[in-house]
Amino acid sequence: MTLSRDTVTAILAPLLVAVLLIGGWEVAVTVWRINPFILPPPSAIWRALGTDFDLLASSLGLTLAVTVSAFALAAVGGALLAILFVSARWVELALLPYAIVLQVTPVVAIAPLLIIWVKDPFTAMLVLAWIVAFFPVVSNATLGLRSTDHNLLNLFQLYGASRWQQLWLLRIPNALPYYLAGLKISGGLSLIGAVVAEFVAGSGGVASGLAYRILEAGYRLQIPRMFAALFLISSAGIVIYLLLSLISHLMLRRWHESAVAREN
Amino acid sequence: MRPVVRLAGIGKSYTTGTEALRGVDLDIAQGEFLSLVGPSGCGKSTILRLIAGLGEPTVGSIDWPTTTVDASGRPERSLGFVFQEPTLMPWATVAANVALPLTLKRQPRSAVRPLVLDALAMVGLADFADAYPRALSGGMKMRVSIARALVTRPRVLLMDEPFAALDEITRLKLNDDLLALWRDLGFTAVFVTHSVYESVYLSTRVVVMAPRPGRITADLTIAGPEVRDDVFRTSPTYNEECRRVSAALKEAMAA
Ligand SMILES: Nc1ncnc2c1ncn2[C@@H]1O[C@H](COP(=O)(O)OP(=O)(O)OP(=O)(O)O)[C@@H](O)[C@H]1O
Ligand SMILES: [Mg+2]
Repeated sequence: MTLSRDTVTAILAPLLVAVLLIGGWEVAVTVWRINPFILPPPSAIWRALGTDFDLLASSLGLTLAVTVSAFALAAVGGALLAILFVSARWVELALLPYAIVLQVTPVVAIAPLLIIWVKDPFTAMLVLAWIVAFFPVVSNATLGLRSTDHNLLNLFQLYGASRWQQLWLLRIPNALPYYLAGLKISGGLSLIGAVVAEFVAGSGGVASGLAYRILEAGYRLQIPRMFAALFLISSAGIVIYLLLSLISHLMLRRWHESAVAREN
Repeated sequence: MRPVVRLAGIGKSYTTGTEALRGVDLDIAQGEFLSLVGPSGCGKSTILRLIAGLGEPTVGSIDWPTTTVDASGRPERSLGFVFQEPTLMPWATVAANVALPLTLKRQPRSAVRPLVLDALAMVGLADFADAYPRALSGGMKMRVSIARALVTRPRVLLMDEPFAALDEITRLKLNDDLLALWRDLGFTAVFVTHSVYESVYLSTRVVVMAPRPGRITADLTIAGPEVRDDVFRTSPTYNEECRRVSAALKEAMAA
């Protein structure tokens, strides 16, 4: 495979920015003798990442477990709910207001309640992350299922297509790009939801994900470890995004404008 | 001879209150090439949609006197529809697009493939079966759309301004290819166009319509040779027929 100029730029340019930022940060902290309890130098964060690796890795594992489970439930549930919405208008009318209520209510505000109601902390965090993640999937998939070409629908009617055929051969393929765009948003939101849920649950001392490590390190003034945990969260977010972009690209590259290689 | 399709006293009002058609009587004869011409909004598309069974007339009846009824008592309409846009599924290959009518009728795959390749060969796209629509030009997409309509070998082919969005050269070529298919396959063609010249070149009969409410104002049989080509296009007969249709159209627009 040969890398195009665009690809090389897309990799090198952000890398250059990272080098400049981290280098500048290191230099600034040393030159201005900034208190490491306020802003530790990147080298200290790197060391913390090394020494606390086992602890941080197991916390990362927990956070990712919540994130991935919530995302999977949002992806499957969102798709099914969207199909239900377009199949029966009254279901959409009945349920959509509540989906919106869940979406607009800040998750931090519901979290303490849910942690009390749901005994198992993992389940509680899962539900919270799911609440944050599922709405973009539902709304995008519904839009995609609805925005089917009018004449193609006529054609299906003309040839006596069943509702099932119309859904499977027309509406679902048509909705795929919308759905995948929803998943990309929802992937990042699952992680955010998981971290927020942990912050709330963590203050009760029941969980030990990365957010809990940040709180804990904060109490103990282990500032480099805080940054190390933060670094892992961001990295996880970036990896999730890249993975979802890749999947989306692979699924759409043969036909959708967003993914095909342009030759003009 | 009994017509393939008979429209009797058709009226159609949309829920918006628009009276799209009033008192339309039309017998479509087996094997003819019928063009509908008329100003925008006179109900040409509405007539095609009603014939196709996409929507019911408000009053009047549409019969298929020579067809049997299916199990549910509806007439067995054997027809193909070509829209103004190619209306292809971008996620499916050309072959899968052409196969759609057969797929929807749950024909076995093994039976579908040869029919699809046959239909693609008829429109000159045998080599593009596995291409995706986005890789085709506008004219080629229209050919795919025609192949899809013909793959079931329908008795009636309905076309709603199929070539309106194409350039002159492509349109003339597609006109000739369509005529060749019509002669070979013997289907009945109902063709909507804005172009007087196109209608005269293609048709054995031109029906002129007027708007508000949509109605038929003239029904002209076109004199022309069996095989139409550039010789016909430059002949006095062609000129005379164009003049006749134009005059009828002018009258319809003044009415
Ligand atoms: N779905 C619809 N709902 C309401 N009114 C409609 C609908 N479809 C068509 N009409 C109206 O019915 C009339 C006839 O429309 P139709 O599309 O059949 O005309 P047409 O002759 O095909 O016009 P054009 O040449 O512009 O395609 C128009 O006044 C149009 O506004
Ligand atoms: Mg029209």
